Formats: sequence, C-alpha cells, structure tokens
Amino acid sequence: MTYPEAPPQTITYDTHPDQYKHWRLSCSGQIATLHLDINEDAGIKPGYKLKLNSYDLGVDIELYDALQRIRFEHPEVRTVVVTSAKERIFCSGANIFMLGLSTHAWKVNFCKFTNETRNGIEDSSRHSGLKFLAACNGTTAGGGYELALACDEIILIDDRSSAVSLPEVPLLGVLPGTGGLTRVTDKRRVRRDHADIFCTLTEGVRAQRAKEWRLIDDYAKPQAFAEKVQQRAMELAAQSDRPAAAKGVSLPPLKRRIDETGYHYETVDVVIDRKSRRATLTVAAPSARPADGIEEILAAGAAWWPLLMARELDDAILMLRTNDLEIGTWVLKTRGEAQHVLAADAALARHRQHWFVREVVGMLRRTLARLDVTSRTLIAIAERDACFAGTLAELLLAADRSYMLALPNDPQQEAKLTLSAMNFDSYPMVNGQYRIAARFYGEEGPIAAARAAIGKPLGAAAAAELGLVTATPDDLDWEDEIRIVLEERASLSPDALTAMEANLRFGPGETMETRVFGRLSAWQNWIFIRPNAVGEAGALKVFGSGNKAKFNWERV
Amino acid sequence: MSIDYSQKIPNNVNLNENKTLQRALEHWQPEFINWWQDMGPDESQGFDVYLRTAVSVDPGGWAHFDYVKMPDYRWGIFLNPAEEGRKVNFGAHKGEAAWQEVPGEYRSNLRRLIVTQGDTEPASVEQQRHLGLTCPSLYDMRNLFQVNVEEGRHLWAMVYLLHAYFGRDGREEAEALLERRSGDADNPRILGAFNESTPDWLSFFMFTYFTDRDGKYQLCSLAESGFDPLARTCKFMLTEEAHHMFVGESGVGRVIQRTCEVMNQLKTDDVAKIRAAGVIDLPTIQRYLNFHFSVTMDLFGADVSSNAATFYNTGLKGRYEETKQDDDHKLSDAAYPVLEIGDGQLLTVQAPYLNALNEKLRDDYVTDAKGGIERWNKIIQKAGIPFVLSAPHKAFNRKIGPLSAAKISPAGKLLSEAEWTHHHLAWLPSIEDRAFVSSLMGRVVEPGKFANWIAPPARGINNQPVDFAYVRFN
Repeated sequence: MTYPEAPPQTITYDTHPDQYKHWRLSCSGQIATLHLDINEDAGIKPGYKLKLNSYDLGVDIELYDALQRIRFEHPEVRTVVVTSAKERIFCSGANIFMLGLSTHAWKVNFCKFTNETRNGIEDSSRHSGLKFLAACNGTTAGGGYELALACDEIILIDDRSSAVSLPEVPLLGVLPGTGGLTRVTDKRRVRRDHADIFCTLTEGVRAQRAKEWRLIDDYAKPQAFAEKVQQRAMELAAQSDRPAAAKGVSLPPLKRRIDETGYHYETVDVVIDRKSRRATLTVAAPSARPADGIEEILAAGAAWWPLLMARELDDAILMLRTNDLEIGTWVLKTRGEAQHVLAADAALARHRQHWFVREVVGMLRRTLARLDVTSRTLIAIAERDACFAGTLAELLLAADRSYMLALPNDPQQEAKLTLSAMNFDSYPMVNGQYRIAARFYGEEGPIAAARAAIGKPLGAAAAAELGLVTATPDDLDWEDEIRIVLEERASLSPDALTAMEANLRFGPGETMETRVFGRLSAWQNWIFIRPNAVGEAGALKVFGSGNKAKFNWERV
Repeated sequence: MSIDYSQKIPNNVNLNENKTLQRALEHWQPEFINWWQDMGPDESQGFDVYLRTAVSVDPGGWAHFDYVKMPDYRWGIFLNPAEEGRKVNFGAHKGEAAWQEVPGEYRSNLRRLIVTQGDTEPASVEQQRHLGLTCPSLYDMRNLFQVNVEEGRHLWAMVYLLHAYFGRDGREEAEALLERRSGDADNPRILGAFNESTPDWLSFFMFTYFTDRDGKYQLCSLAESGFDPLARTCKFMLTEEAHHMFVGESGVGRVIQRTCEVMNQLKTDDVAKIRAAGVIDLPTIQRYLNFHFSVTMDLFGADVSSNAATFYNTGLKGRYEETKQDDDHKLSDAAYPVLEIGDGQLLTVQAPYLNALNEKLRDDYVTDAKGGIERWNKIIQKAGIPFVLSAPHKAFNRKIGPLSAAKISPAGKLLSEAEWTHHHLAWLPSIEDRAFVSSLMGRVVEPGKFANWIAPPARGINNQPVDFAYVRFN
C-alpha cells in the first residue's frame, strides 16, 4: 500500500491494517476482534512514551480506520470485540505526558476526533447492526473505560485487581472528557451519587460492585473470561442483520494531492487562502450518471460517487481541522449536475436496506455530523455552477450562513437548490434532528413547504421564500456582499465564533452526543486552559513527577 | 429606456457605468423627491430660486448659479479627485494604502459613521422647513434655500457611499435616512441637537454658525479617513459647508449691526426700549449664543470615548488636519487634557489621547468658533457700545457625558442646583425671549427690503445687487 506524500509536519489520517502500530484486527466469521497492543515508542509526535496501553491521536486514527474496514470490507462481521493484547491492562486512556506536552488546540482537536470515533461506534450499532463488546481483560482506566463505554456491552475480568475507573478528577484535575462522564449517566444510567463516588475514586471499582452500579454488564474469572466473551459476542451477533455471505468493498487509499494551495481529491477540492484565513471546499457532483443497480453499485465499490465523495470530504475535514488551525472560515461550494446527485440519492434511497448502501449512508451521515461539530465558520456559497442538490444540499443546510446568487434578469443561469427525500430522513445531526427540521425548530408549516418542494429546482427567490438560504444578493451586489461577509467574519474572535456557532447550530433538544460535544467538552476545554490543570504546578503538568498539584482554591 | 444619468444627476463617479449605483438610485431618488415635497421648505416648491448648483469639481464647476425650482435642483454626487498613492495616515494601519473598498472588518463602524453624518443633513432641512414663511428678505430666503438644497446634496453624498459600498444594508440605511423625522418622539433623528426646533431666524443663523461648524469639523475628521471614498466625499462637501457658516456668521453679524444702529439712534442700552424699537437686544443674542454653543458642544460626543479611540485607531476617522499634527499619528502612549468634576470643582485631568479625541476636536472647534464671536464684537466696538459677546465655557449646559451631571456657569464655575436655578434664565433664552424674537418674525419679500431687526448685507450673491430678485414667486 502506498500513500500520497504529505509535507513533513502534516498529520494525515491514512493508514491500513497492514501498517497498524497499535491495533490488530482479526476477523473470524461473525466476530471481529480488535486487539489493542500499543507500541509505546510509536507516538504520533515525539516526546512521550505510550506506556500501559495509553493512546494518542495516532492510536485513534488506527481505530477509526479499523472501524471503517469492518464496516465496508467485512460485511460478515456482526460483533466487534474490543480487547487488549497486553497482560492485566485493557487500556489506561489518553497518554498523560502527551496531554501535558500538547498545545490547547491539539488537546481539543484530539478529544473531538476521539469523541467522534466513539460516537461512530454507537452510530454503527444503532444503524448498521454492528455490535460492540468491550472485553476488559485488565485495568480499564480513564479513556480506556470511555472506549468501553462506547461499546454496547462491557465485560470485565474479575481477577481481584482489575477495575474500571475514571480517575481524571482525582488524579489529573481534568474530566473524563471523551464522553465518560456523560455515558456513565446518559447511557448506563449509573445513579448520580454512585457516579460521583466512581468519578473521584482513583483506584476505580472492581467487578462485582461495578456490575451492581451498572458500570459494566458482566464479569468473569480469568479462566472463564474468554468463553464468556465469545458466548456474549455470539449472542450479540444474533441480533444483527449483517449478511453472512456478502463480499466486502475494499477501501483503497484516497487519491489526494497536497500542495501549497491546499488538498485536492477527485470529488473534493480544498483551496486555502492563508492571507484571508479561509478555505474553499468545492464538492463536485458525479461527472456522469452514477451506478444505480445494486450490482453496478457493488462493482463500483469505493469509486461509487456517494462513498468516494464522503470519504474525501471526511478526509478533507480532518486534514483541515488538524493541520490548518488558523483557517477559520470554510466556504462550502458545490459544482456539477444536480440530476446526477439526485440519481445517486434515488439509488441510496432505493437500496438503503442493502448492507453496502446502508454503510454508505452511514458514512455520509457521520461525515456531515463531523462538519456540524467543526470549530470553523461554515459559509455556503451558491454561484452559477453550484449544485446544492439532495445530499449535497446538506452542506448548505449545515452552514452557519448560506448565500445564493440571484439573477433577476437571467433566472435560467441561477444556481438551483434541489431537495431530495434524503434531506428529510437520512442524515440526522448529533442531536438526532434532520438539518432541515432543526432549521425550522420542528415547526410543521415550513418543513412541509420544504418537503413539497422535493425534486423542484429552486432558484434564489424560491429558496429564500422557503427559508432555506440566508440571503440572495443579485449579481450587482454579489461580489461586494460576499467579500464583506467573509472579511468581517475573519476579523472576529475565533474563540467567540466557535462558541457562538456551536450554540446556534444545535438548537433545542439535547442528546447524549450533544451533551458530550457541548456540556462535557466545553467544561473540559475550560479546565484545559485553567492553571489548576495546565499551570506550572497544575495537576496535568505535575502528574508523574511526584509533586503535588498546587490549586487556586477559589471555586469559579 | 436609457437614462442619461450625467444630465439627471451631475456626478464624477461614473454613474453611467455603475449599474449597482444606478439601480439603488433609481429606487431612492423618487423617495428623496417625495421626502423633499413632504419635509423640504414649506410652500416653496414652485418658487424659482437663484441657486448655486455643483456641476463638477473643477474650480469653475462647483458654483454654477441660475434660477431653479427646488424639487428640480440637480442634486449631484461629487468626490474630490483621487490623490495618487494616498495612504492611511493614522492609527494602527498607518502607512498602508488607503482603502478603496470597505474593509469587511470595519463595515459596521464605517456604516455607523456615515449614517450618523448623513442623518444630520435631512434633519436640518426638516428643522428649518418653516423659516421661509418668516424670512426677513428675499436675500435671506434664498440663502436659507441654498443651505437646504446643499444639505440635501450632502445627504446624497452620504447615500452615495451607502449605495456604492455597503450593498443591501447600505440601501436599507439610505431609506431609513428619509424615514426618520426631526423632533418626532417616536422616530427621531439620531443626534439630539437635530431634534431641537429652529423656530426663528436668529436660531437659524446661530445654528448655521455653530452647529454647521460642528459639521465642518466632523467632515474634516472624516476627510482624513483611511476609507478613501469617504475622505474624498467629505472634502468636497467642505467646499459647500463654508457657505452655510457664512450665512450664520453674516446673519448674526447683521442682527447685531442693526441692534447697535438702533441703540445709537435711541442712545440707550435699556432692553425694554430696544425691544420696543423692534430689534433684538444684545443680552438676548448672548443667551441664544450660549444655547447654540452648548448644544453644539454635545455633538462632539463623550469627553472620554472608547468609540472615538476605536474609530481613530482603526483608521476610520482622524483628527482635524491630521496630517499637519506634529506627532506619531498613533497616539498609543499620548495623553490629552479633559475636564472632570472632582473635589467640588471642575478639574483638568490627563486622559489617554485616543479616548480624548472627541475633546481634541471640540477644542479645535472652540478656537475656530471664537473667531467669529470676535468679529461680531468688532461690529459692537465699531458702534462704540460697551458690550462684549463671549463664548460660554465648554462645560456649560452639557447634556451628554459626565459633565451633564454638573451645573456649570458660562464662566466655568461649578454651581449648586440652587445657584443654577437662580441664574440660568440669565444665561439661556427664556420662553419670553423666544416669544419676543418670534414676535419680530414677519415675512419681507420685496426685493431690496429687509425686516427691521436685521441690517442688509454689504453685498449680494454672485455679484448680484442686494435688491436682486433672488426668489421669484411665479
């Protein structure tokens, strides 16, 4: 396997099971096992050792890749067992020395990606019948337990010493920020006083009490552990409808070119304007009518436009987020023939029960959800050659603002916004709401009016009338209007914008995921800049040095 | 149908080529005419008025005289010619090329500056709309209308900037400029002084001398702007603003001259006798002066202002004669004296210069405004009358900023509430004063004739005789 060259310092998300340094993926019939076996000398950045199966971004990039392989290349897999290849330790969570050395931005970005990967595990369980079983064969601490929490079930080894724990508060002065605090309550319904004790207990809770407190589902003695895990994995597999005999679709490396202007893919192009701190992401519609019979679709595989586009967009989002922190505004554009996107949408809708199409829809859903939680201003721009149709219209609906060029003297030349049924039932945001419904706060009138417009090419005036776009300057105003919007935006505080956008993107209605990205992450990110965590004598800084953290005792 | 915009709207902004601007003006211009019919000079729309029209920015072009019906006045759009290689001359962007487009970052502040300036122009037309009915002569009526149409043109100048550079927002703001009404409690003009009425001609002359002079200083600071179109627009407006102040200075001067003549004829300084003779006594003129001076002081804004600092530092609004100031034009460490109340007295304290820029502009204004008062005193002196007009202290009768909480005499002494109550009628026009002045206002429209309370001017307009028919009633 070869991957395109990336400039030094650039982090990429490219990997393949052959190249894993930290995980081992083995598939046997309905069961896939992911063995965590972290190579302590193979951190993604220098300066720390990944001891005790502790992870960094590189470990999670492999986990994300492994999940993608299972989804697409191993349709026969119904249960994924997540376990450790090391003795007496399942996983001890994120590496503390890595956190101590990292910039604030790196920590936040790392946590966001790990959160998304764990949400992705639950997403696949919910939508694709892929079940996850955490086989905690040793100490399961912090982020290790958070990984287990993302699985459908947790079995802990009962060896009189292994425990599950969230020791972040007492040990590090931070939160279990990869969903731990939230999943303990929202998912596992641990009573809040038990959760309070659990989250302040360095040593954690061992098998029996852990089960009593709902921290795990079951436990087993070392001799019985493997069998118990196997048995439960098979039982979970029985709940799945993943096909036994289907042939997987392999995921080849993306054809990505990196140069000084940005990131270039087959269907996605990212052009970065560093001076204006702005990236323009242009997503291209299929260049011809995409395959729509299931056999053709399978034959196209990873080259089938919806999957190719989703993978490329996903990679572009991750590349920009990780490597281009100062590029604060993403201009979202599309181009091409709407009919080809609508044809792809029709195929997605028609074959959505088929395992592969279901996975492609899932990939699109998660990629779009990744956009929603991206800490960049998103501005959709629809000019003459734009193609905001069906699935691609989700980009416009995901944007903080959208501008559509009106051509009152030449309406034929106007870009058209065309909705498809996919906009109404296929791509929920992490708050469980469809973008178009969330846009109108669930109000029936405007949602019904938008639904009635499915399949109709909407010019600027019609799109504005339906409330689908922010503004529709005409050709006389367009250039200046857009320039001013972008310049003004670029001048505002990046922190305030991130916070404001996150608040406005997710209106009323919380889910566990929104609580993770909102309440948990916001508090965690606050702690991450406080001296009590990251000051000279902060808990995160002195960890492992033998020194005690010095706190400012004021409660804020 | 194609319209020849250069004929309809004299301009040097290439209106014939600029579709965005044409479209905006096509919509706005009829609304402006409607506004003029509703709120422009009362009962005067059919008059032929001997007016000056700017038809170009050349020395010979900006003062073209002819009879015009005011609604047919050719309100034009003129910018001073561009200065090659002009830079931003102050603030954080000092040394960068001046902006030819609105920097998105400063869009809202720039728009606010332009809207605030623009709002004063139609406001003063509204304030003065009834004065034509009580004009003391055809000459003065013509001057009033000249001021009015030029305020109208200054509105056009600001609307041009809104239309040409601020897109839809700008068009909406331009319409709002025609929708606000001076003195309407529910829909007032932006600045307080522009909601005061201009009830009589003495007020009008005082207004054009003092308040239009604030306009001059605001325009001068905006003429320094790093946003080049604003700077060029304001520079050209200043050529017209000079006439307004001339109307004010000469108007007040002629009132004083006439009063002095009557005082000498009657050999009296008894106010009652002077009033009985139908002229305005000098103490009343002083009280009007105090009022208009102090109201205008407030127009410069708070003594210590974060907005002023922001506008300067971001290169939007400079100082009066910015480039002639001998300093670093950044002012980050400099200080400037401002007034403050402390220890029971008025104190001068040092404030950060950037925050004190309103005060700096106010001080420049005061120096300039005092010049005219001295020229008025020369008229009194020449008549041999022992009376001296003076500008009140800049802290007197303030309604904006920290000084508004205090009572301060025209001499700058901090007063108790009781002292103020006792004295203020001696310092500010009373209802009786205003009623008296108002009682003198009667319409004189015979060419060459002047109301009793005002002297004729030394010379006419554009070398025409004083008894020229400056307005024809048809």
